[in-house]
Amino acid sequence: MGYPHKPHPRETQVLSTHFGTADARTAEGWKQRGGYKALQNALGMDPLAIQQVVKDSGLRGRGGAGFPTGLKWSFMKQGDGKPHYLCCNADESEPGTFKDREIMRWTPHALIEGCAIGAYAIGAETAYIYIRGEFTEPLDVMERAVAEARAAGIIGKNAMGSGKTVDVWVHKGAGAYICGEETALMNSLEGKRGNPRIKPPFPAVAGLFGMPTTINNVETLTAVPHILNNGADWYKKMSRPDNPKSTGTKLWSVCGNITRPGNYEVEMGFPFGEFLQDLCGGAPNGRKIKAVIPGGSSVPIITWEEAESAVMDYEGMVAAGTMLGSAGCIVIDEAQSMPRQIARLARFYAHESCAQCTQCREGTAWTTKILERICAGDGTAEDLDTLLSIADNMTGKTICVLSDSCATPVVSGLQRWRHEFEALITRKTVHAVPAVVA
Amino acid sequence: MSHGPSATGGAALKTGGHGHHEKHVPVFVGETEKRLQELLTRYPTKQAALLPALWMLQEARGWVSEEGMAEVATVLGLTPAYVKGVVTFYTMYHQHPVGKHFIQVCTTSPCHVCGAEDVVKAFLEQTGCGELGVTSADGKYTVIEVECLGACGFATPVMVNSDFLESITPATVADVLKRYG
Ligand SMILES: Cc1cc2nc3c(=O)[nH]c(=O)nc-3n(C[C@H](O)[C@H](O)[C@H](O)COP(=O)(O)O)c2cc1C
Ligand code: SF4
Ligand code: FES
Repeated sequence: MGYPHKPHPRETQVLSTHFGTADARTAEGWKQRGGYKALQNALGMDPLAIQQVVKDSGLRGRGGAGFPTGLKWSFMKQGDGKPHYLCCNADESEPGTFKDREIMRWTPHALIEGCAIGAYAIGAETAYIYIRGEFTEPLDVMERAVAEARAAGIIGKNAMGSGKTVDVWVHKGAGAYICGEETALMNSLEGKRGNPRIKPPFPAVAGLFGMPTTINNVETLTAVPHILNNGADWYKKMSRPDNPKSTGTKLWSVCGNITRPGNYEVEMGFPFGEFLQDLCGGAPNGRKIKAVIPGGSSVPIITWEEAESAVMDYEGMVAAGTMLGSAGCIVIDEAQSMPRQIARLARFYAHESCAQCTQCREGTAWTTKILERICAGDGTAEDLDTLLSIADNMTGKTICVLSDSCATPVVSGLQRWRHEFEALITRKTVHAVPAVVA
Repeated sequence: MSHGPSATGGAALKTGGHGHHEKHVPVFVGETEKRLQELLTRYPTKQAALLPALWMLQEARGWVSEEGMAEVATVLGLTPAYVKGVVTFYTMYHQHPVGKHFIQVCTTSPCHVCGAEDVVKAFLEQTGCGELGVTSADGKYTVIEVECLGACGFATPVMVNSDFLESITPATVADVLKRYG
């Protein structure tokens, strides 16, 4: 079983090895477990050589988009005389996702090490870890660990005696899902409203404080020291033999109607059906799983039948009609009403829209209103087509993809469970669940 | 963020109009001022310290008043209107005084399918608040719903002030309230 339970024998523990071990939280405890060796070595390497190892490993971003990490780092122009920055995205607010929280709570020095290596590899002297304000415990743990690492000379001027400057700071958010979007996060860090920026320019050209910036997720950066210690080939081997595009281990947060919710670490290519049934114990109380949202609330919802035969890597999830996203896996069982769940997701996006694009501001609000009306038993025959037409207008037309993310559950849900919506509209009861609470 | 009709700020609080007219006592003096100066060394601009400064203000005063925003604006060289624009974007800055214990219950989908609504109900009943965003008559509690707290495997997570509690069920609500009298 995954954390908070004992690990399952079929898990491959790399990042999660020390989850639950309080002693690993200190710099000394971290060093005893092989920590900061990778940073020491990295500071003696050519930054481009570090980038190459990360490229060779096949590591891809764990924040949602799956962009190749080494390639992203190589967009940072070396020797341009400008300050460079690394942002570590620890905003973790995508419903279903709670893996970065455990990394920070249990292995804060693993993240500091990853940030320091990442910063050095892109020519940055400063890394900011932007942590959502609600994460009070991870914030405390990270603040303490950063102070400890600074006092021990691990980070700061002359990091680990290398003569190089690598500084790491924790920055506390103040409540806003949208600040997980990379350019919104930069605005927020600059002391502005967290509105996403129009791209281009991309962050590697003009990011934080207008300077070349790379942004990476907590899990992405935490994987880097392991890759430097064990080599790109070791990392690459953890994949399907016929799919070199997804490599390494991945933390999957599993929640909703599942017997053993928690964080599981498995190699890319693990069979999803077995994962949900054997490792996570299937749906509780002998019920059947009806729907699965594998990659956080923003990816298409699939049926149990589609999930059962899916493979857990980037390509496998696309083949199953969805996406790996942040690997925040939400399980919904047969006792739940799909319209009601989709209405609740829409309400989330309506609440979290930053409201600068009309399609998103209006679209998320209309979608929520219509869905809640359907759930309350006041839907009309035209509502479903209206929902799809709004979804179409919300997709691919806005500054960021939050708008698309609201349309996704609506479209994927209507494709698969239209009958549940129609039953509500014609007032036939299919579920013994109360109507949605508006 | 929270936008639209609620002009009360992130938490969409319903305020009883009870007085927040006490005189603002400056926050950025002594130790707090020193902490702010230390913070400023971390960033190339003063403005980047805005969110941290607002946190310091809220920690000291319990909420972020207009006068408090004006003070933050002065120390960071910004205008009060600008600071207010930022404050209203985020959900965690209280723009009105709240109960002694501010309770936030996650009700987003993953928690919702695990019964978060019943946890909300239990809190509303047992605190005497009755309604979301309303402070109980004894001034002790305010309960609101919050979107995903990033701990969905520990349904239902609840924040009481800055304490993060996991796996709260209707049956454990009474215990929680005992701890926060
Ligand atoms: C609305 C929205 C919210 C996002 N939230 C997060 C988040 O909480 N954490 C995260 O790492 N990435 C999030 N992302 C993705 C980031 O924009 C970015 O792609 C990522 O941090 C890059 O890091 P990576 O390459 O290591 O994955 C979000 C994107 C969008 C559009
Ligand atoms: S799509 Fe929505 S969240 Fe994204 S920038 Fe536009 S209004 Fe803001
Ligand atoms: S949905 Fe409740 S913590 Fe994520």
